[in-house]
Amino acid sequence: MKFGAIGEHQESEARVALTPASAEQLKKLGHDCVIQAGAGAKADFTDEMYREAGVEVLDSADAVFEAADVVAKVRPPSEAEVDKLREGQTLISFFYPAENEELMKKAADKGATLIAMDMVPRISRAQKMDALSSMANIAGYRAVIEAANNFGRFLTGQVTAAGKVPPAKILIVGAGVAGLAAIGTATSLGAIVRAFDVRPETAEQIESMGAEFLFLDFDDNGGSGEGGYAAPSSPEFREKQLALFLEQAPDVDIVITTALIPNREAPELWTEEMVRAMKPGSVIVDLAAEKGGNCKMTQKDKRIVTDNGVVIIGYTDFPSRMAKQSSTLYATNVRHMMADLTPEKDGKVNHNMDDQVIRDSTIAHGGEVTWPPPKRESPSPAKPKQEKKKEKTPEEKRADEVAAFKAQTQSQVGLLAVGAILMFLIGAYAPESFMSHFIVFALACFVGFQVIWGVAHSLHTPLMAVTNAISGIVILGALLQIGSGNWLVVILSLIAVVIASINIVGGFLVTRRMLAMFVKS
Amino acid sequence: MGIGIQSAAYIVATILFILSLGGLRDQESAKRAIWYGIVGMALAVLATIFGPGVQNVFLIVIAIAAGGFAGWYVAGKVQMTEMPQLVAALHSFVGLAAVFIGLNAELMLQGVMDLKSAGAIPPPGADLAVVPGGIPPIPADADLTGFGELLWMKDAVEVAILKVEVFLGIFIGAVTFTGSVIAFGKLAGKVDGKPSKLPGGHMLNLGALILCLILGLLYFNGAGIWTILLVAIIAGFIGYHLIMGIGGADMPVVVSMLNSYSGWAAAAIGFTLGNDLLIVTGALVGSSGAILSYIMCKAMNRKFVSVILGGFGGTSGPQMEMEGEMVAIQVDGVASALEEADSVIIVPGYGMAVAQAQQAVSELTKKLRDQGKNVRFAIHPVAGRLPGHMNVLLAEARVPYDIVLEMDEINDDFKDTDVVIIIGSNDIVNPAANDDPNSPIAGMPVLHVWEAKQVFVSKRGQGTGYSGIENPLFFKENTRMLYGDAKESVNSLLQKL
Repeated sequence: MKFGAIGEHQESEARVALTPASAEQLKKLGHDCVIQAGAGAKADFTDEMYREAGVEVLDSADAVFEAADVVAKVRPPSEAEVDKLREGQTLISFFYPAENEELMKKAADKGATLIAMDMVPRISRAQKMDALSSMANIAGYRAVIEAANNFGRFLTGQVTAAGKVPPAKILIVGAGVAGLAAIGTATSLGAIVRAFDVRPETAEQIESMGAEFLFLDFDDNGGSGEGGYAAPSSPEFREKQLALFLEQAPDVDIVITTALIPNREAPELWTEEMVRAMKPGSVIVDLAAEKGGNCKMTQKDKRIVTDNGVVIIGYTDFPSRMAKQSSTLYATNVRHMMADLTPEKDGKVNHNMDDQVIRDSTIAHGGEVTWPPPKRESPSPAKPKQEKKKEKTPEEKRADEVAAFKAQTQSQVGLLAVGAILMFLIGAYAPESFMSHFIVFALACFVGFQVIWGVAHSLHTPLMAVTNAISGIVILGALLQIGSGNWLVVILSLIAVVIASINIVGGFLVTRRMLAMFVKS
Repeated sequence: MGIGIQSAAYIVATILFILSLGGLRDQESAKRAIWYGIVGMALAVLATIFGPGVQNVFLIVIAIAAGGFAGWYVAGKVQMTEMPQLVAALHSFVGLAAVFIGLNAELMLQGVMDLKSAGAIPPPGADLAVVPGGIPPIPADADLTGFGELLWMKDAVEVAILKVEVFLGIFIGAVTFTGSVIAFGKLAGKVDGKPSKLPGGHMLNLGALILCLILGLLYFNGAGIWTILLVAIIAGFIGYHLIMGIGGADMPVVVSMLNSYSGWAAAAIGFTLGNDLLIVTGALVGSSGAILSYIMCKAMNRKFVSVILGGFGGTSGPQMEMEGEMVAIQVDGVASALEEADSVIIVPGYGMAVAQAQQAVSELTKKLRDQGKNVRFAIHPVAGRLPGHMNVLLAEARVPYDIVLEMDEINDDFKDTDVVIIIGSNDIVNPAANDDPNSPIAGMPVLHVWEAKQVFVSKRGQGTGYSGIENPLFFKENTRMLYGDAKESVNSLLQKL
């Protein structure tokens, strides 16, 4: 089959979906590659380099559409590009299907197949094709570089002959891929990095990257949503979070916000009040600018300076600003996708819709729109447990409790009835003198059961030792018999007294020894 | 001292005993509670000695002094690792005392009966006044003690009941005695810990029990003291055979069960003597032991009956095949893992007690805690050979008790733990209990140590241990085996840290 890559129609986009290196890998899968002339120029890949790698360079995008069975690009296609698709042709690109439903429908009507690189499921097996993560990684890195570029001081602290330079303090909001990449970059540049995320499980990742996790004391761990993204948070939580940020605002020099929730406007996390609280010369990099920004003062694709001298960067093309790097990574992601599509490595595309990764990424196939993908159970083991607990409604819980209570009542009443009948039976035949002792016995058993349940687990050995000592009370029996006229009785009871006293003294002393050892730290 | 004051002393003693058991609900109040028990016992003994109807006080004082000295000596000398043996040995004393007292009761009953029948033919010159109820007054020359007087006052039905009580007292006492002696032997390593049975197994026990009942019936019908002596011997055999058939891993249940029996034996003696204090105390001890047995059984997910019947029951298929291999590690590896860990949980078992490693473990704990690490202990309810055994050992080594946690308290924390060190425990950390329905211990609650990032197992060798069950934990990827004596391993670990 023929794999073709076309150039981007936006002036600002410098990335390309095919590199000479990925073309060589594709050839091993049995695919021939074509590319539109000049498509890689902005990413520093010349047509000559492509030719050397065995890629046929065609004059125009139309020629590529004509020649290739699979067409790849970076940004979502324009209407004109979709028009050029023919039946059975496959287009691989970012698509954002939720925003481009009409285009998607159009492509499906034409019988073309669309593979959206942004729909690759976030599972371990698909990580090699997760273009969103590889782009976010670059965005995080570049955000720190842009911030440093606009910041008038060193990021690292230095003590020089010309005076002491304090290190810059950087706050990173949102510890997704971009956030973590930013943390890594910022710490390696020597800055003091703090980071915050609503998902408490990220604390460990943040700390592993060398940043300080800003801990928000809030008793609600519902921060994690689907696919590893954060879920929208409750108003109370938001309020606490904003208070935390307001506290940080005057202290930090650089703020990088990365909070995005799929298919929603970016949440406002850095308010105007916080911007005003910052020192002049501080820098804000808003990686969510595309979706309205985590700071509402952010202007998309622009660098602005506020009245109090704070620089706000709202670029949306961070990956494109490092076109060579991002093209390399994106082309590799696309190449892995092609590898999954040609499992036999024979150059024939086998579009297996039973494969989870392919199924989820495919948004149009065989004349039909196949988006959104079917819901699957979350693969993470921790979640089903939580959901199971939640499944029980209060009514069900109540019903369970009532049932348990009933069963308990039944067994208790049953036992009491059996016990009572037994008592009556004994009482009917036994003489009164016996019954009076028997009452004492029954009550003592009862008291014993009530008392022993309260004993701490750790004190079970002392309990055994002390009950041992107490059961030495049989000495009383021997004492009462020792005065008998029968010599045999006297000897036997004498022995009984001796061993019972061993029990009493030994039991109590050893218990005391044990208890004395229990110390509190 | 009158009978009224004696009763009052008994009531006070009863209440003190209840308080002393109830005080064991936590470590601090326990230290006070023990004194309640001691005072109660002293009151009871003094009130009896100086009460009505007791003679030979001189002999009594000598006997108590001798026994007390022996008890003091043993209690002071015993090592904390030997607690299970000591407790078992003490149980056997109660059982033996109960047998003697029961025999005495029978001997005295016969004496009194002889006297009574002699008195039925009025000696010349005797006072012929008859008390209501048809019982003649005690002749002035009959040298009867307090208990003898009581016997004299009994009518025919009461004597029959007395005989039942004597029978029960002797039977339970004898079972307790030999059972405890065997338990002592097994715990002290003087008797082989493996379950062993004579041919016939439990049918033999059943036969012996039926024989006892027949002898008991003969005894009730006046067949004389030989029957009851035989009962004592046969019951002794039952106790021996029963405990011989139970494996070492079930010893916590056995010891608490014998604890319970010794209580019931005391209660039976109390009925024989008509002494309420004995009845109450026996019942307290008996129910305490019963509850402990129940707790132990529950912790092992075993039915009490199947423990008593010995051996493991309920295996329905082949055990899971072991995959992978045990990977050994040297002390250096453990030390470096500990250096990096923030949270450590130590799971001690009987192996720690055997190797006397608790001091070394305590030092290790102290060292790690001084480095700011979070060190805790996870105690399974049946760890060791006695309920609460590990707690006592760790307390002896001065490990603060607030870092020693129960299974339920700590089981959820393993997944957030960096390093788990297992010292001489096996079944209580066996994941097969959860995963393998065919495992003999399937369904037994275990410590989820395998959820931790790294697990180190200090073990003497590759064997399967006391219960003979393979442990898949040792084959897991995050498990490393540290072979060798626990004490030496921990000591050399201490030097590397």
